Amino acid sequence: MALTKADLVETLHNELGLNKREAKDFVDLFFEEMRQVLESGEDIKLSGFGNFQLRDKNERPGRNPRTGEMIPVTARRVVTFRAGQKLKSLVEAYDGPEQD
Amino acid sequence: MTKSELIERLADRQQYLPMRDIETSVRLMLDEMMDALSAGDRIEIRGFGSFSLNYRRPRLGRNPKTGETVSLGAKYVPHFKPGKELRERVNAAVKQGD
Repeated sequence: MALTKADLVETLHNELGLNKREAKDFVDLFFEEMRQVLESGEDIKLSGFGNFQLRDKNERPGRNPRTGEMIPVTARRVVTFRAGQKLKSLVEAYDGPEQD
Repeated sequence: MTKSELIERLADRQQYLPMRDIETSVRLMLDEMMDALSAGDRIEIRGFGSFSLNYRRPRLGRNPKTGETVSLGAKYVPHFKPGKELRERVNAAVKQGD
């Protein structure tokens, strides 16, 4: 099961006692502020969790995979994520899906 | 922007929660996200992006200091794919700047 905003809202409600409305507003605000910071051109460093970094990509030749036609991939700015030390080591300890 | 700067920014943007609840909320959310990934679960935040795990095969590595060969086990690494809204907003900001 994937973790969604609804799960985060539930956690803030259960563990911190925020009412559902406050919890939902806060979870929405958290992700919206991160989008705004990245939109403004600034990286975000959440120690332990990881860094969201912006990278500017030059235009490069590309291809329409369906028709094979050559079309340039325009220059663009993209978001990359580099996991922090804590998250990396937590995830490394994961054994993989259980085998039947 | 660091975590504490983000927390201050969140405090400026809303009137109801005291600072310590905002700090606790951010910690609870990030901890829950890390717990999910370390249990092999995906995270899907519409409009922001999804986090999942990528498998890395076992391989032979080298200790760069001694040159010694070491066998490295299979492992998983976190992966983030930005959502449509985030991709478009980050990129639109650049295009307008031209």
